[in-house]
Amino acid sequence: MSEAVLTETGGVLPPGGKGVVADFSADMQAFHVPWGKAMMWIFLLSDTFIFSCFLIGYMKVRLSTTDPWPVPSEVFALSFGGDPIPLVLIAIMTFILITSSGTMAMAVNMGYRKDRNKTFWLMVATAVLGASFVGMQAFEWTKLIVDEGVRPWGNPMGAAQFGSSFFMITGFHGMHVSAGVIYLLVIATRVKRGFYEKRGGNYEIVEITGLYWHFVDLVWVFIFAFFYLW
Amino acid sequence: MASDEGQQHPLSIYFWIWGLLFVVSFFSYMVDYLQFEGYVRWGLIIAFMLVKAGFIVAIFMHMRWERLALKLAILLPPIAILLFISMMNFEGDYTFLTRIEFFGESSFVPESPH
Repeated sequence: MSEAVLTETGGVLPPGGKGVVADFSADMQAFHVPWGKAMMWIFLLSDTFIFSCFLIGYMKVRLSTTDPWPVPSEVFALSFGGDPIPLVLIAIMTFILITSSGTMAMAVNMGYRKDRNKTFWLMVATAVLGASFVGMQAFEWTKLIVDEGVRPWGNPMGAAQFGSSFFMITGFHGMHVSAGVIYLLVIATRVKRGFYEKRGGNYEIVEITGLYWHFVDLVWVFIFAFFYLW
Repeated sequence: MASDEGQQHPLSIYFWIWGLLFVVSFFSYMVDYLQFEGYVRWGLIIAFMLVKAGFIVAIFMHMRWERLALKLAILLPPIAILLFISMMNFEGDYTFLTRIEFFGESSFVPESPH
Protein backbone atom coordinates (compact mmCIF):
# COMPACT_ATOMS: atom_id res chain seq x y z
CA MET A 1 0.00 0.00 0.00
CA SER A 2 1.90 3.06 1.20
CA GLU A 3 5.47 1.96 0.90
CA ALA A 4 8.49 4.21 1.04
CA VAL A 5 9.05 6.09 -2.20
CA LEU A 6 12.35 6.98 -3.82
CA THR A 7 12.42 10.61 -4.90
CA GLU A 8 13.92 11.98 -8.09
CA THR A 9 17.00 13.09 -6.19
CA GLY A 10 17.56 9.74 -4.52
CA GLY A 11 16.01 10.54 -1.13
CA VAL A 12 13.53 8.24 0.57
CA LEU A 13 10.03 9.33 1.59
CA PRO A 14 8.42 7.36 4.43
CA PRO A 15 4.96 5.76 4.19
CA GLY A 16 1.80 6.61 6.15
CA GLY A 17 1.20 9.74 8.21
CA LYS A 18 4.87 10.70 8.31
CA GLY A 19 4.80 10.38 4.54
CA VAL A 20 2.03 12.96 4.29
CA VAL A 21 4.11 15.45 6.26
CA ALA A 22 7.22 14.61 4.24
CA ASP A 23 5.36 14.87 0.91
CA PHE A 24 3.84 18.25 1.61
CA SER A 25 6.85 19.79 3.36
CA ALA A 26 9.68 18.51 1.19
CA ASP A 27 9.90 21.67 -0.94
CA MET A 28 9.34 19.65 -4.11
CA GLN A 29 6.65 17.70 -5.93
CA ALA A 30 3.95 16.80 -3.38
CA PHE A 31 2.22 13.96 -5.22
CA HIS A 32 4.57 11.24 -6.39
CA VAL A 33 2.49 10.33 -9.40
CA PRO A 34 2.76 11.60 -13.01
CA TRP A 35 1.51 15.19 -13.18
CA GLY A 36 -1.21 14.20 -15.65
CA LYS A 37 -2.66 11.78 -13.14
CA ALA A 38 -2.61 14.30 -10.29
CA MET A 39 -4.33 16.85 -12.51
CA MET A 40 -6.95 14.34 -13.67
CA TRP A 41 -7.73 13.59 -10.02
CA ILE A 42 -8.09 17.28 -9.26
CA PHE A 43 -10.34 17.75 -12.30
CA LEU A 44 -12.46 14.82 -11.13
CA LEU A 45 -12.67 16.37 -7.67
CA SER A 46 -14.05 19.57 -9.19
CA ASP A 47 -16.45 17.52 -11.30
CA THR A 48 -17.58 15.77 -8.12
CA PHE A 49 -18.63 19.14 -6.76
CA ILE A 50 -20.56 20.00 -9.95
CA PHE A 51 -22.50 16.73 -9.90
CA SER A 52 -23.07 17.12 -6.16
CA CYS A 53 -24.61 20.54 -6.76
CA PHE A 54 -27.02 19.03 -9.31
CA LEU A 55 -27.97 16.17 -7.01
CA ILE A 56 -28.37 18.46 -4.00
CA GLY A 57 -30.50 20.83 -6.09
CA TYR A 58 -32.63 17.84 -7.06
CA MET A 59 -32.93 16.80 -3.41
CA LYS A 60 -34.02 20.30 -2.47
CA VAL A 61 -36.77 20.63 -5.09
CA ARG A 62 -38.00 17.12 -4.40
CA LEU A 63 -38.20 17.87 -0.67
CA SER A 64 -39.96 21.18 -1.12
CA THR A 65 -42.59 20.42 -3.76
CA THR A 66 -46.15 19.94 -2.53
CA ASP A 67 -47.16 18.02 -5.67
CA PRO A 68 -46.59 14.25 -5.69
CA TRP A 69 -43.24 13.18 -7.18
CA PRO A 70 -43.69 10.90 -10.22
CA VAL A 71 -42.77 7.30 -9.29
CA PRO A 72 -39.52 6.56 -11.20
CA SER A 73 -40.19 2.85 -11.00
CA GLU A 74 -43.35 3.35 -13.10
CA VAL A 75 -42.15 6.23 -15.30
CA PHE A 76 -39.10 4.26 -16.44
CA ALA A 77 -40.85 0.92 -16.79
CA LEU A 78 -40.69 -0.73 -20.17
CA SER A 79 -42.93 -3.37 -21.64
CA PHE A 80 -41.70 -6.09 -24.00
CA GLY A 81 -45.13 -7.26 -25.06
CA GLY A 82 -46.17 -8.36 -21.56
CA ASP A 83 -46.48 -6.53 -18.25
CA PRO A 84 -44.20 -3.50 -17.90
CA ILE A 85 -40.93 -4.35 -16.12
CA PRO A 86 -39.91 -1.57 -13.70
CA LEU A 87 -36.68 0.32 -14.48
CA VAL A 88 -35.52 -2.39 -16.88
CA LEU A 89 -33.77 -0.07 -19.34
CA ILE A 90 -32.01 1.73 -16.50
CA ALA A 91 -30.85 -1.62 -15.11
CA ILE A 92 -29.46 -2.60 -18.52
CA MET A 93 -27.70 0.78 -18.80
CA THR A 94 -26.19 0.25 -15.34
CA PHE A 95 -24.84 -3.17 -16.31
CA ILE A 96 -23.45 -1.81 -19.59
CA LEU A 97 -21.57 0.91 -17.75
CA ILE A 98 -20.14 -1.57 -15.23
CA THR A 99 -19.06 -3.85 -18.06
CA SER A 100 -17.33 -0.92 -19.74
CA SER A 101 -15.57 -0.11 -16.46
CA GLY A 102 -14.29 -3.67 -16.40
CA THR A 103 -12.94 -3.55 -19.95
CA MET A 104 -11.33 -0.19 -19.14
CA ALA A 105 -9.56 -1.65 -16.09
CA MET A 106 -8.26 -4.45 -18.33
CA ALA A 107 -7.08 -1.88 -20.88
CA VAL A 108 -5.08 -0.04 -18.20
CA ASN A 109 -3.49 -3.31 -17.13
CA MET A 110 -2.62 -4.29 -20.71
CA GLY A 111 -1.25 -0.79 -21.28
CA TYR A 112 1.27 -1.22 -18.47
CA ARG A 113 2.21 -4.59 -19.96
CA LYS A 114 2.84 -2.66 -23.19
CA ASP A 115 0.47 -4.92 -25.10
CA ARG A 116 -0.64 -2.27 -27.58
CA ASN A 117 -3.03 -4.44 -29.55
CA LYS A 118 -5.01 -5.66 -26.55
CA THR A 119 -5.03 -2.17 -25.03
CA PHE A 120 -6.42 -0.77 -28.28
CA TRP A 121 -9.21 -3.32 -28.60
CA LEU A 122 -10.19 -3.12 -24.93
CA MET A 123 -10.41 0.67 -25.19
CA VAL A 124 -12.48 0.37 -28.36
CA ALA A 125 -14.78 -2.10 -26.57
CA THR A 126 -15.13 0.40 -23.72
CA ALA A 127 -15.98 3.17 -26.19
CA VAL A 128 -18.55 0.98 -27.97
CA LEU A 129 -20.24 0.14 -24.66
CA GLY A 130 -20.21 3.84 -23.75
CA ALA A 131 -21.76 4.76 -27.09
CA SER A 132 -24.49 2.16 -26.64
CA PHE A 133 -25.18 3.66 -23.20
CA VAL A 134 -25.68 7.08 -24.81
CA GLY A 135 -27.89 5.48 -27.46
CA MET A 136 -30.15 3.97 -24.79
CA GLN A 137 -30.26 7.30 -23.04
CA ALA A 138 -31.40 8.94 -26.28
CA PHE A 139 -34.13 6.30 -26.53
CA GLU A 140 -35.16 6.96 -22.93
CA TRP A 141 -35.31 10.73 -23.46
CA THR A 142 -37.36 10.28 -26.63
CA LYS A 143 -39.81 8.00 -24.84
CA LEU A 144 -40.17 10.46 -21.97
CA ILE A 145 -40.58 13.53 -24.16
CA VAL A 146 -42.77 12.09 -26.91
CA ASP A 147 -44.84 9.40 -25.17
CA GLU A 148 -45.01 10.60 -21.56
CA GLY A 149 -45.09 14.34 -22.25
CA VAL A 150 -42.32 15.17 -19.76
CA ARG A 151 -40.96 18.72 -20.18
CA PRO A 152 -38.43 20.68 -18.12
CA TRP A 153 -41.33 22.85 -16.90
CA GLY A 154 -43.94 20.19 -16.25
CA ASN A 155 -45.32 16.73 -16.81
CA PRO A 156 -48.67 14.93 -16.50
CA MET A 157 -47.57 12.67 -13.60
CA GLY A 158 -46.80 15.12 -10.81
CA ALA A 159 -44.25 17.67 -9.64
CA ALA A 160 -43.01 19.94 -12.44
CA GLN A 161 -39.45 19.80 -11.03
CA PHE A 162 -39.19 16.15 -12.08
CA GLY A 163 -38.46 17.04 -15.70
CA SER A 164 -35.95 19.79 -15.01
CA SER A 165 -33.98 17.61 -12.55
CA PHE A 166 -34.08 14.64 -14.88
CA PHE A 167 -32.92 16.44 -18.03
CA MET A 168 -30.26 18.41 -16.21
CA ILE A 169 -28.70 15.50 -14.30
CA THR A 170 -28.87 12.76 -16.91
CA GLY A 171 -28.06 15.23 -19.69
CA PHE A 172 -24.91 16.39 -17.98
CA HIS A 173 -23.92 12.80 -17.28
CA GLY A 174 -24.66 11.76 -20.87
CA MET A 175 -22.46 14.61 -22.05
CA HIS A 176 -19.65 13.23 -19.89
CA VAL A 177 -20.11 9.77 -21.37
CA SER A 178 -20.09 11.17 -24.93
CA ALA A 179 -16.93 13.16 -24.21
CA GLY A 180 -15.42 10.01 -22.67
CA VAL A 181 -16.15 7.98 -25.81
CA ILE A 182 -14.31 10.56 -27.95
CA TYR A 183 -11.44 10.74 -25.44
CA LEU A 184 -11.15 6.93 -25.43
CA LEU A 185 -11.11 6.69 -29.22
CA VAL A 186 -8.44 9.39 -29.52
CA ILE A 187 -6.14 7.71 -27.00
CA ALA A 188 -6.85 4.22 -28.37
CA THR A 189 -5.89 5.35 -31.88
CA ARG A 190 -2.66 6.84 -30.57
CA VAL A 191 -1.84 3.63 -28.70
CA LYS A 192 -2.48 1.62 -31.85
CA ARG A 193 -0.29 3.86 -34.00
CA GLY A 194 2.59 3.67 -31.54
CA PHE A 195 2.45 7.34 -30.58
CA TYR A 196 3.56 6.54 -27.03
CA GLU A 197 6.43 4.34 -28.18
CA LYS A 198 8.11 7.54 -29.38
CA ARG A 199 7.73 8.86 -25.85
CA GLY A 200 9.62 6.05 -24.19
CA GLY A 201 6.76 3.53 -24.17
CA ASN A 202 4.96 5.27 -21.34
CA TYR A 203 1.33 4.17 -21.05
CA GLU A 204 0.26 6.17 -18.00
CA ILE A 205 -2.13 8.02 -20.32
CA VAL A 206 -4.26 4.87 -20.49
CA GLU A 207 -4.61 4.90 -16.72
CA ILE A 208 -5.47 8.62 -16.77
CA THR A 209 -8.14 8.01 -19.41
CA GLY A 210 -9.33 5.13 -17.24
CA LEU A 211 -9.67 7.43 -14.23
CA TYR A 212 -12.05 9.64 -16.21
CA TRP A 213 -14.04 6.67 -17.44
CA HIS A 214 -14.38 5.09 -14.00
CA PHE A 215 -15.52 8.45 -12.68
CA VAL A 216 -18.34 8.51 -15.24
CA ASP A 217 -19.39 5.08 -13.95
CA LEU A 218 -19.05 6.34 -10.37
CA VAL A 219 -21.38 9.28 -11.01
CA TRP A 220 -23.91 6.92 -12.54
CA VAL A 221 -23.87 4.86 -9.32
CA PHE A 222 -25.06 7.95 -7.45
CA ILE A 223 -27.60 9.01 -10.10
CA PHE A 224 -29.00 5.46 -10.19
CA ALA A 225 -29.37 5.42 -6.41
CA PHE A 226 -30.78 8.90 -5.84
CA PHE A 227 -32.79 9.62 -8.98
CA TYR A 228 -34.04 6.25 -10.19
CA LEU A 229 -34.26 4.12 -7.05
CA TRP A 230 -35.12 6.63 -4.32
CA MET B 1 6.60 0.93 -5.52
CA ALA B 2 8.67 3.60 -7.22
CA SER B 3 6.84 6.51 -8.77
CA ASP B 4 7.68 5.68 -12.37
CA GLU B 5 6.45 2.09 -12.39
CA GLY B 6 2.76 2.86 -12.48
CA GLN B 7 -0.07 0.72 -11.20
CA GLN B 8 0.41 -2.95 -12.00
CA HIS B 9 -1.76 -5.48 -10.27
CA PRO B 10 -2.79 -9.04 -11.04
CA LEU B 11 -5.80 -9.32 -13.34
CA SER B 12 -7.69 -11.51 -10.87
CA ILE B 13 -8.45 -8.60 -8.54
CA TYR B 14 -10.17 -6.72 -11.38
CA PHE B 15 -12.27 -9.75 -12.27
CA TRP B 16 -13.28 -10.13 -8.64
CA ILE B 17 -14.33 -6.51 -8.30
CA TRP B 18 -16.06 -6.60 -11.68
CA GLY B 19 -18.13 -9.58 -10.54
CA LEU B 20 -18.90 -7.98 -7.18
CA LEU B 21 -20.10 -4.79 -8.88
CA PHE B 22 -22.49 -6.87 -10.98
CA VAL B 23 -23.85 -8.66 -7.92
CA VAL B 24 -24.28 -5.48 -5.87
CA SER B 25 -25.95 -3.70 -8.81
CA PHE B 26 -28.32 -6.62 -9.11
CA PHE B 27 -29.13 -6.28 -5.39
CA SER B 28 -29.83 -2.57 -5.71
CA TYR B 29 -32.13 -3.25 -8.65
CA MET B 30 -33.88 -5.86 -6.52
CA VAL B 31 -34.57 -3.18 -3.89
CA ASP B 32 -36.84 -1.54 -6.44
CA TYR B 33 -38.17 -4.75 -7.96
CA LEU B 34 -39.21 -6.19 -4.59
CA GLN B 35 -40.72 -2.82 -3.63
CA PHE B 36 -39.07 -2.28 -0.27
CA GLU B 37 -40.40 0.90 1.34
CA GLY B 38 -39.31 3.55 3.84
CA TYR B 39 -36.08 3.35 5.81
CA VAL B 40 -35.31 -0.19 4.68
CA ARG B 41 -35.39 0.99 1.06
CA TRP B 42 -33.33 4.11 1.65
CA GLY B 43 -30.85 2.30 3.86
CA LEU B 44 -30.30 -0.49 1.33
CA ILE B 45 -29.99 1.96 -1.59
CA ILE B 46 -27.32 3.97 0.22
CA ALA B 47 -25.49 0.88 1.48
CA PHE B 48 -25.23 -0.69 -2.00
CA MET B 49 -24.32 2.68 -3.51
CA LEU B 50 -21.46 3.20 -1.07
CA VAL B 51 -20.15 -0.34 -1.57
CA LYS B 52 -20.09 0.16 -5.35
CA ALA B 53 -18.55 3.63 -5.13
CA GLY B 54 -15.91 2.33 -2.70
CA PHE B 55 -14.87 -0.55 -4.96
CA ILE B 56 -14.69 1.67 -8.04
CA VAL B 57 -12.54 4.32 -6.35
CA ALA B 58 -10.35 1.94 -4.34
CA ILE B 59 -9.64 -0.74 -6.94
CA PHE B 60 -10.55 0.44 -10.45
CA MET B 61 -9.20 3.94 -9.84
CA HIS B 62 -6.28 2.50 -7.83
CA MET B 63 -6.78 4.87 -4.90
CA ARG B 64 -6.00 2.03 -2.50
CA TRP B 65 -2.41 1.90 -3.71
CA GLU B 66 -1.75 5.64 -3.82
CA ARG B 67 0.22 7.49 -1.18
CA LEU B 68 -1.71 8.92 1.77
CA ALA B 69 -1.00 12.52 0.65
CA LEU B 70 -2.97 12.02 -2.59
CA LYS B 71 -5.72 10.07 -0.83
CA LEU B 72 -6.28 12.87 1.66
CA ALA B 73 -6.08 15.63 -0.96
CA ILE B 74 -8.79 13.98 -3.07
CA LEU B 75 -11.02 12.22 -0.55
CA LEU B 76 -11.26 14.83 2.22
CA PRO B 77 -12.72 17.83 0.31
CA PRO B 78 -15.97 15.98 -0.58
CA ILE B 79 -16.78 15.98 3.15
CA ALA B 80 -17.87 19.60 2.60
CA ILE B 81 -20.65 18.17 0.41
CA LEU B 82 -22.16 16.44 3.46
CA LEU B 83 -22.48 19.81 5.17
CA PHE B 84 -24.09 21.26 2.04
CA ILE B 85 -26.55 18.34 1.92
CA SER B 86 -27.62 18.85 5.53
CA MET B 87 -28.05 22.62 4.98
CA MET B 88 -30.20 22.10 1.90
CA ASN B 89 -32.14 19.42 3.74
CA PHE B 90 -33.26 21.97 6.36
CA GLU B 91 -33.87 24.54 3.62
CA GLY B 92 -36.03 22.08 1.68
CA ASP B 93 -38.18 21.29 4.73
CA TYR B 94 -38.55 25.00 5.42
CA THR B 95 -39.67 25.73 1.83
CA PHE B 96 -42.12 22.83 1.96
CA LEU B 97 -43.69 23.99 5.22
CA THR B 98 -43.86 27.59 3.96
CA ARG B 99 -45.68 26.43 0.83
CA ILE B 100 -48.15 24.40 2.88
CA GLU B 101 -48.68 27.43 5.12
CA PHE B 102 -49.35 29.90 2.30
CA PHE B 103 -50.68 27.81 -0.59
CA GLY B 104 -52.19 24.81 1.21
CA GLU B 105 -51.94 21.14 0.26
CA SER B 106 -51.48 20.20 -3.37
CA SER B 107 -54.62 19.79 -5.45
CA PHE B 108 -52.64 18.10 -8.22
CA VAL B 109 -54.55 15.35 -9.99
CA PRO B 110 -52.47 13.12 -12.27
CA GLU B 111 -53.81 12.78 -15.78
CA SER B 112 -55.17 9.35 -16.55
CA PRO B 113 -52.53 7.10 -18.13
CA HIS B 114 -52.73 6.94 -21.89
